[in-house]
Formats: sequence, structure tokens, C-alpha cells
Amino acid sequence: MDLHLLIVIFPQVLLDGLILGFMYALIALGYTMVYGVLEFINFAHSEIFVVGAFVGVEILLMLKARGGLELLSPFLILLLLLVAGMAVSGLLAMAVERVAYRPLRGTPRLIPLISAIGVSFFLQDAIRLVESIWRNAFNLVYPTMDQLNHRFTLTETIDVSVKSVVVIVVALLMLWALHLLVNRTKIGKAIRAVAEDQATASLMGINVNRMISLTFLIGGAMGGAAGVLFGIQYSLINPYTGFIPGLKAFTAAVLGGIGNIPGAMVGGLVLGLLEAFAASYLSLLTHGAFGAEYKDIFAFSVLILILIFRPKGLLGEVVRERA
Amino acid sequence: MHWRGALRSLLSRPVPAAITVMAAIALSGYSVAHFPRSIMAFLLFQASILLLYFSRIHPWLKAALAVLTLGLLMPILGTINGYYLEVTIQVGIFVSLALGLNIVVGLAGLLDLGYVAFFAVGAYTWAIFGSPQANKFISEAWLKFPLASEWFFVFLVLGVITGAVTGILLGLPVLRLRGDYLAIVTLGFGEVIRVLANNLDKPINFTNGPKGITPIQRPPLFFQPFLHLLGIEAPPTALYPLYLYFLVLLIVGVVTVVNRRLENSHIGRAWEAIREDEVAAQAMGVPLVRLKLMAFACGASFAGVMGVVFSSKQVFINPESFTFLESIGVLAMVILGGMGSIPGAILGATAVTVLNLQILKGLSLWLNELRNAGVTILGYNLADLPTQLEPAKYERMVFGAILVLMVILRPQGIIPTRRRTRELGAE
Repeated sequence: MDLHLLIVIFPQVLLDGLILGFMYALIALGYTMVYGVLEFINFAHSEIFVVGAFVGVEILLMLKARGGLELLSPFLILLLLLVAGMAVSGLLAMAVERVAYRPLRGTPRLIPLISAIGVSFFLQDAIRLVESIWRNAFNLVYPTMDQLNHRFTLTETIDVSVKSVVVIVVALLMLWALHLLVNRTKIGKAIRAVAEDQATASLMGINVNRMISLTFLIGGAMGGAAGVLFGIQYSLINPYTGFIPGLKAFTAAVLGGIGNIPGAMVGGLVLGLLEAFAASYLSLLTHGAFGAEYKDIFAFSVLILILIFRPKGLLGEVVRERA
Repeated sequence: MHWRGALRSLLSRPVPAAITVMAAIALSGYSVAHFPRSIMAFLLFQASILLLYFSRIHPWLKAALAVLTLGLLMPILGTINGYYLEVTIQVGIFVSLALGLNIVVGLAGLLDLGYVAFFAVGAYTWAIFGSPQANKFISEAWLKFPLASEWFFVFLVLGVITGAVTGILLGLPVLRLRGDYLAIVTLGFGEVIRVLANNLDKPINFTNGPKGITPIQRPPLFFQPFLHLLGIEAPPTALYPLYLYFLVLLIVGVVTVVNRRLENSHIGRAWEAIREDEVAAQAMGVPLVRLKLMAFACGASFAGVMGVVFSSKQVFINPESFTFLESIGVLAMVILGGMGSIPGAILGATAVTVLNLQILKGLSLWLNELRNAGVTILGYNLADLPTQLEPAKYERMVFGAILVLMVILRPQGIIPTRRRTRELGAE
């Protein structure tokens, strides 16, 4: 085994893992917030995420067609993409809740989950349909922006591209903003109250339905932002891109303790790092017998192990059992 | 609602019902034979079988009509247009998958989102040993593969066993999980099986990876000597579809009977108790662990046996046939028909398969014809329609819409179980 190589690639793998981890953390927030309030896995969240990515690519392609990419500063464009992606994804998440989940409140727990799977599948093909009519193509590529692709070399073996830094900074800012919103504002307090006990919260004069809508809006917006960042970082997207990252992000949420916002961040980072290391070290350690293609299996095994040995997750609260 | 009442009163009186049903089957069968390319005719034929199910005629007459329709009329129509037979075989395969999942989801209330994994395990069991593939890891000097086609029947049994064992293996670690967590873990399990099938071509080549395995042995034509005695000479290519049809029909029959017997046994009652309230069921002395494992094993074994049939029917399999989409498709069938309902699962499987294979494909073809002909509607030339727009590619949309609409508008399904009707009937 080439020990030297293992050490040399370590910082680069760490960086890749961090980027992936922040992406997962942003998506995981959507799962964990909804779970915290409704105790329900919003399976359609991965499509909310993809919608954000598609909003981003559409705006970029339109700007490109009009020559706007050279005119505007890339950071202004980025801001525009993030705002648009967050708005569309957030509103879509709210609409989905209204149409497909609200009528099912109070039914057995599996019923809303089935509805969510239905919404997820429906949205995948709906995106495809819209893009097929609009562009006659549904595998889209983010146009490159030179300033974002610029790489600067730190040492001989590590180089960082501007967009990686952007992804990490934006993710950190959003996580910080969310933290403030949930813990420091009145709205955040109301959301937490609804998560704690819906009936009591409504007795205290909190409009429960509005708070649930708001939760979907915020979670969806985070997903949309993650979608835009995903597109900028990995450039290739299609309507089915969201499935695997969505599942991983859910794993991250469970890993950190579902329903717990700091937990989602920690879980996302841990899973991202684990996966990056599995992807690049597995084949080195087994002499090529098991390659990077096993990284998904690795993530799922992590999920199963946590659920068996530590179902509350790393930072988990006690999960109440409801018959 | 008026025509529905009229139809109901017509079907509830024995003699008019019998005449109506027979006329419907005969007419639609004739129209299928006469217009072999018409999808409408075949749909009418299927509808007449449904009519037979709902009509209140003497059980013996009903059984006789069913045997006549499925055992004689359908094969004849199938020789006129082979595609109908292909559709019917697919329907049969999905009916048994839906019945298997119905045990797990419908009766025991355990949401399994990776059900197609068991189907894959069954399919790969026969594919590996019923093709030269096995020689890639077993020396030819020791045993020469593929196994003789007679082994197919042994593998049908093996399919049941491997399915059940995989079901138990999955069930054991996840028994403590509830509801939605279980759903996600089974989903992960389904993906793991697919990824394994995709990547186990190295270091040792078990599954031949994404390239898939081919050629897989077909089941043996053991009855050819008899046909020879009867003076019927038919080439194997003409025999196989009919043979597979009867094989699938037989398995579906067995699976249905097993399902019925299970549902009414104390095991079935215990499953329903677990579904309704796990804690209460345990308090009543229902052994949770054993019964949940049994539900997984039973459901999985149906999928396993059909996997063996599927791989021998397709001759070629690769991991693409066992995606998450398939698992959700089977789930949509169960939900559409009505959770826990056996006729519901059969109807759901038929409806969804026919929708996928015939209606959506038919729409695609039709749209293409219109596009090529350059028809203009309201000033819009259809030749300008985007080429990516193909209804056949939108099965996820159909599955998704079925799941959401059914769960919101008619949670008990098309043919609900009697118990559900009583529970939800008060609304």
C-alpha cells in the first residue's frame, strides 16, 4: 500500500468532503425541519432541490443567450440565482404541502409518506415535461463562468477553485441565518412551539397551519439554494439528479438526529467526509478490488448501522413513540 | 350514477348477468380477433373479464367462464397477436409481485420501498446458473454451465427459498424500526442490491455488471413429445410464449390461493393486528418478531419465484430492470387496488401494466404519427412538437399521480377489503 499517496491526497479529499458535506447539510435541513414539525419524511424534498438547480440553469442560459454573463459580475449573478432558486423552491414546497400533505394530516403515518413519494415521482417527470417542451432537452449543463472556475494553488498538491470557496461560504451564511431565524426571532419561537405540541401552540394563539407552511417555505428555500450550489459545483443536472443526494441528505439528517437543526449540519458534514474518504481511499486500500462505485453502499450501511445502534442520531433528542 | 345503478341491478340477477357477461366476453374477444392491432378492443376484452369478476352468477359458472376465457380464449387471441400474450405475461408477473407486496404493505403494514430487490435476487439466481455466467467463477472442469433446462423447475423452488431467506436477512436488522424509518432502510436495501448487481463483475465476476447476463436458459419443453404424438408440429419460437403464459397463469393461481388462505388464517389476522396497532397486538400475545419476519419472507418468496420466470422469459437481464422505479410501480399497483385486498392487487397490477405497456405506448405512437403527418390543430403545426415529448417516457408521472390521488381521494382503493369498507363506509 502506498502510504505516501494516502497522505498526499488527504487535504484534497478533506476539501471535497467538506463541500459535499455542506451540500448535504443544506438539503438535510429541509428534511429535518419538516420532520421536527410534522414527524413525517418529506420524500419530495429531493425534487424541491432539483427545481432550484433547474431555476438556476434556466436563468444562466437566458443570461448567456443575451450576453449577460460577460456584462454582470459573477457574484451578482450568483446572488440572483440563489434568490430565484430559493423563492421558486420554497413556494413549490409550500404548494406541495397544501395540495398533497395537508388533506392527509391525522391519517396513519404511512399515508402521507406514500403521498410524498407520489409527489416526488410526479415532480421528476413534470420537470422533464416542462424542459422537454421548453428546450427539447432535459439533461442540462450549467454554463461556465470563468471567474468562478479560477483555481488558485495553495501547495503542490492542493488547489482550490473559487466556486468551492463560494459553496462553502454561502452554505455557512445560510446555516447561520437559519440558526438566527429559528432561535432568535418570534417566528422561530412559534415554529419550535408547533414542533413541540401543535394543540398547545394553537391555544397560545399561534396559527399552526401558517407555521407549517412557513416551515416548508424555509426548508424548501434551503433546498433550492443547495440546488443552485450543486449546479455550480457539479454542472450536470437532469430531473432525476436529486434522488441520490436527497437520500444521502436524509441519511445525514438521521445521522445527526432527525428533527434537530444543528444535528443536520453535523450529520451532513460527517457523511460528506465519510463519503469522500470512502470514494478515494476504498480502491487504494483494497488494491482496486472495490472502487468508488461502492460509496453509495457505504452511505446506506452507515444509515442502517445508525438506525440500529443509535436511532436518535449523534445529537438526537428522544424520539417519542406514538402508537 | 344512473347507469351504474342499472349495471349493478343487471349484474346482480343471475340469468341476465350470465348472458351479459358471456355476450361481453364473446363480443370483445371477437373484436380482438377481428382487429388484432386495436388497443381499444383488447382493453374491452380485459374489461369484460372484470365484469365477470363483479357479476353475481353461480360460482361454478363463473369459474367455468374464467377457465374458458383465460385458458382457451386468451391463448387463441395470443396466437393472433403475439403482443397481447406478451402484455398478459407481464401482467401476470406484476400480479404476483403486487400480491407479494400486498402481504408486506397491505396486511402487515410494513412499508417496503425496496421490494424489487427480492425479484432481482430470484432473477439472478437462475440467470447465473442457467447461463454460462457461472463458469466465470466455477471451474469448467468441475461443472459445465449452463445447467440443463430441466433444472429450471428446481430453481423455481430455489427462487422461493432465496427470496424468503433474503427477506429474513433484511427483516432481522430492521425489525426494531418503525414506519417511515423502515421504509427508508428498505429503499436503501433495494439500492444496495442493485449497486451490487451492477458492480460485482470484479474482483470476481458474479453478475457481469452493467452488461448483464445472456443467454439464459428457457424452461424445458417437456411436453413436446406429447404434441408430437398428437400430430402437432410447432416450432419452439411459437410454443414458448404460450408455454410461459400458462406457467405464469399457474403461478399466479397458486400465489392467489396461498394469499387467500393466509389472509383468513390466524397468521393473516395477526398481521392485520400488527398493522392496526403494534403495541396492542403485542399485548394480545402476537409474537411480533416471528410474524414480521414471516411477512417479509412470504412477500419476498413470491417475488423470488417470479424473478426466476422473468429471467428465463427475458433471456437477458441486467441491473436496469430492478430500479427503484419498479418498486414504486408495484407499490402503486397495491395502493390503486386497495391495500390488503387480493382482487384489488390483481386489478391494480393489471391496470398499471396495461397503462404502461399499451395506453402510454399507444399515445406515443399516435403522437408520432400526427407529428409525421404534420397535422395542424388550432393553427399549431404538430410537426413542431419537441421530439423529446413522448408519453411512454412519463411512467413516473403516472405512478406519482396514482399514489397522490388515491391516497387523498380514495384511500381504501378501487376494490377495498370488506373490513376497510366497513371502517370507512360511515363517511
